[in-house]
Amino acid sequence: MKPAAFDHQRPADLEAAIRVLNDSAVDSKVIAGGQSLGPMLNLRLTRPERLVEISNAGAMREISETATHVSFGAATRHAEIEDRLTPDPSRGMMPFVASGIAYRAVRNKGTIGGSICHADPAADWVTAMTALDATIVITTNGKDTRTVPMTGFMQGAYRTSLAPGEIMTAVQVPYYSDQMVWGYYKICRKVGEFSDAIAAWVADPGRKYSRVVFGAGAGAPLVSERLAELLAQTGAAPDPATVKEELAVLAPDLDPVKQQLFAVALQRCVKEALGDE
Amino acid sequence: MSTGIGARVQRKEDHRLLNGQAKFVGDLKFPRLWEAAFVRSPVAHGRIRSITKPAGHAARVFTAADLHDVLPIHAESSLPGYNASDFYPLAKDKVRYVGECIAICIAPTRAEAEDIAELVQVDIDPLPAVVDALKARKPGGAILHEEWGNNLFLETRFEGDFEEAKRLATVVIEREYNTARQCMNPMEGKGTLSYWDDRTNQLVVYTSTQVPHLIRTGIAQFLQMDQGEVRVIAPDVGGGFGYKCVLQPEELSVSWVARKTGRPVRWTEDRREHLVAGANTRQHHYKITAYADDNGRLLGLDADITVDVGAYSVWPFTACLEAAQAGGNLPGPYDLKGYRCKTYSVATNKPAFTPYRGVARPGVCFAMELTIDAIARAVGREPAEVRKENLVAGALMPYTNVTGKFYDSGDYPDSVVQAEKLIDLTGFRKRQAEARKEGRSIGIGFSTFTEQSAHGTKVFAAWGLALVPGYEQAMVKLTPSGSVEVRSGNHSFGQGLETTLAQVASEWLTVDVGQINVLMGDTGMTPYSTGAYASRGMVMAGGAVSKAAEVLHNRIKIHAAHLLQCKPGDIFLKDAHAFHGSASVSLKDIARAWYLRPDQLPDDVDTAGLEVTEGYKPDIDTGVFTYATHAAIVEVDTGTGKVDIQDYVVFEDCGKRVNPLILEGQTYGGAAQGIGTALFEEVLYDANGQPLTSTLADYILPGAAELPTMRLSHKETLSPYTRHGIKGVGEGAAIAPGGAIVNAINDALAPMNVEINDLPATPHKILAALLANSGGERGAA
Repeated sequence: MKPAAFDHQRPADLEAAIRVLNDSAVDSKVIAGGQSLGPMLNLRLTRPERLVEISNAGAMREISETATHVSFGAATRHAEIEDRLTPDPSRGMMPFVASGIAYRAVRNKGTIGGSICHADPAADWVTAMTALDATIVITTNGKDTRTVPMTGFMQGAYRTSLAPGEIMTAVQVPYYSDQMVWGYYKICRKVGEFSDAIAAWVADPGRKYSRVVFGAGAGAPLVSERLAELLAQTGAAPDPATVKEELAVLAPDLDPVKQQLFAVALQRCVKEALGDE
Repeated sequence: MSTGIGARVQRKEDHRLLNGQAKFVGDLKFPRLWEAAFVRSPVAHGRIRSITKPAGHAARVFTAADLHDVLPIHAESSLPGYNASDFYPLAKDKVRYVGECIAICIAPTRAEAEDIAELVQVDIDPLPAVVDALKARKPGGAILHEEWGNNLFLETRFEGDFEEAKRLATVVIEREYNTARQCMNPMEGKGTLSYWDDRTNQLVVYTSTQVPHLIRTGIAQFLQMDQGEVRVIAPDVGGGFGYKCVLQPEELSVSWVARKTGRPVRWTEDRREHLVAGANTRQHHYKITAYADDNGRLLGLDADITVDVGAYSVWPFTACLEAAQAGGNLPGPYDLKGYRCKTYSVATNKPAFTPYRGVARPGVCFAMELTIDAIARAVGREPAEVRKENLVAGALMPYTNVTGKFYDSGDYPDSVVQAEKLIDLTGFRKRQAEARKEGRSIGIGFSTFTEQSAHGTKVFAAWGLALVPGYEQAMVKLTPSGSVEVRSGNHSFGQGLETTLAQVASEWLTVDVGQINVLMGDTGMTPYSTGAYASRGMVMAGGAVSKAAEVLHNRIKIHAAHLLQCKPGDIFLKDAHAFHGSASVSLKDIARAWYLRPDQLPDDVDTAGLEVTEGYKPDIDTGVFTYATHAAIVEVDTGTGKVDIQDYVVFEDCGKRVNPLILEGQTYGGAAQGIGTALFEEVLYDANGQPLTSTLADYILPGAAELPTMRLSHKETLSPYTRHGIKGVGEGAAIAPGGAIVNAINDALAPMNVEINDLPATPHKILAALLANSGGERGAA
């Protein structure tokens, strides 16, 4: 379980990184924290000729705040969010989610951008960022950027809308008002393992926002507008039968056990969100 | 403070183990050392058409054609009807499981060796895979070893008096149970490093094994060498659990290549190799009919046991040890008159079955304990009561059970009484009634077992393995410095034997364990021992050290008597001194006199010396039986199927506890493994025999957060048949958790008429059973 030989470069800035990535003579791949890519290299499931390490390229670690959102550099580490070393527009949701990712050793190295770009359906950030209506910032040349809403970024299991030669540089998370409620519940067989089912609910009456997301399915997180509306109207978790009905529409191939896990996860997520009331 | 038998001394080996100073095979450094990687079969079953070595690398790749002078691993058994298999260290003609070695590649680094391995082209004609042992029992499908005409390594029958039980029974319970295939997952996988030593004219093999002397015998046998030409050294070994008690095909091929190329060669098993090619244990199927009376008194048991033993018979324990033990041990601690049992050791396209901590008993204990609870539910009684009435009572000891096992001592029902008290069964039933009103599902489960340990030749002969002796030797020496050296051919790979053997020597010699150096694992420096398995180390090696230390103790007295001018019978040892009344001489001075100042000793000096090798055999050959009851309280999350272990207690009687601290560690560790068996671990295959659980993301082991705080209690019923009354205990705690936890789950789910009968009891299994019983709707609070 040793990787095939590869070249390793650490460009100083994004422009240099893009140049290296666009060198068509060499099959290159971006590496950030390496917490998913490392095992895949060792298993020889992926075998790039060159790894381009971007986690130390200045812009990748920048955190900036605007009137509407916080922008997290893609190489922001899970542990930095968990430890609240970064601003939190999500009123505690992001630090909570970060603290439940794998194990501390993984969180010390793993990055939010790496996790989002890896696009593992069972990973936490793809679901949490979908629930928080985040926006992905992508650069094509190191200077110019384009943005894609998280709901459109992940296109399936391990598939995103990143084009070859592009790098995700940041994720923007909008500020939530003090009326915000959020719940995030994941069902795992074991502490630190990838989850079997995740449900997230974020609602902010101030922003007229309510979103229900199911993660750890077969592909990109499932967004349920119907359940979000129901929740916004009633302020209570829909009964399991309604959730299962909706799931049958959103993902017709779900087996009964997975359906049940999603329904339970949503009920518990809502209960946690409304817990103090 | 005495550091003898019974002292809670900290482990001598922990200083190096905890400070990163241990030396595992992977830590060794040799000039010109190269690393090996294996080309392994990508298919479960197939005929090899050709193997093509990559251009330019022919001298670095070796196949069965190169190893033509190596004999296949061939394990004999004296059981009638046994089919032996030829297990080539590199596959010849056929491959029979995914992960079977096909070629060995060597290079300066492992990564380069893997690069070469990728380039080796293997052309295999796939054959249908045999994945389901029950189906494979029947004729008609693919056959692994064509010359047998079927897929049965062995079929056995035990026919006891049964009709009486059937006639008297008013309650009949029929169940099928399954236990999953597992990987043992020692922290350190296999590892082996060989080189030819011109000075000693020996092949030196450093290998991660529990049985260095056996490996020496095996390597000599199958590489067709003289024993004298092979030296095996097991350095620090990071866990064994049975995984390392058999000859590994890699030990043969690495040794052959080292000899052929004249350079040191090492192979280190990685976790993926372990999870694929090491998926070799625990998979049983039971079909059981139990006959009982209205009180739940068990009258008879009719069992059909199928063990999925994989493709080959391991050396020396064969493919049939598991089923033979299962058939013999199913009645376990129970007083049972009617017993009938058929066992099938079925060849499948999976790695070769290897005995794992508890050997067969985790399976039989699970089947038996669930059956007892099913009987109790059928007659509407508290399972603990039914259990106690069926266990062999203390007054019946010693007791010969229905399969002829001789239970040496103890009081089995009392272990249930003690476990009930520890876990407060009465209080729990009240809490359970309250919890049920709140819609919570909590349950309690008990599980009782006996652990046959340190069994001798006759017992192994009954399993077809007459090669295992019921004796052991050890050497104990007083050094010129007055310190003590113990040499044993057994090995310590986590059980703390390095400390407990020192304690046995300390008991006789009164020297602090800090001054006792225990050397193990090197065939060049220790007396022959078949090694560490079957919970034999403490009884056998401990007994041998005790006997040698006793003889040394007596010799010390002879010299002390001369120095103190008295009779040897007047001398007693204390605090590393020999005393005659208040006069004393230190063991150091006695050693000094013997080695360096012989002028202080008389003309008719006893010349036997201060270095003693002695052998030991317990008074009985049939083993001594540790027993225990485990009890668990669980809460089942009926929304997710997840099981939370809220309390876990162990009451155990293993005879004399040589070191209670180490014993507690053994119990925690064993129970943790048993909890893995109960709730988490399973190797899954697709219909083509491809393993689906080849990383630790798929094969789930319990971690610290999944384990309960366990509460332990002990008593000591000394075995009348062993030195110091010691019984083996290393395997025990891994046996019972499956029964205790699943009984607790079934107790919790009884109101919903859900019963789990398969291990592991995963959330998925539990939830699927709950959904099936409730028409698809389950509450979610």
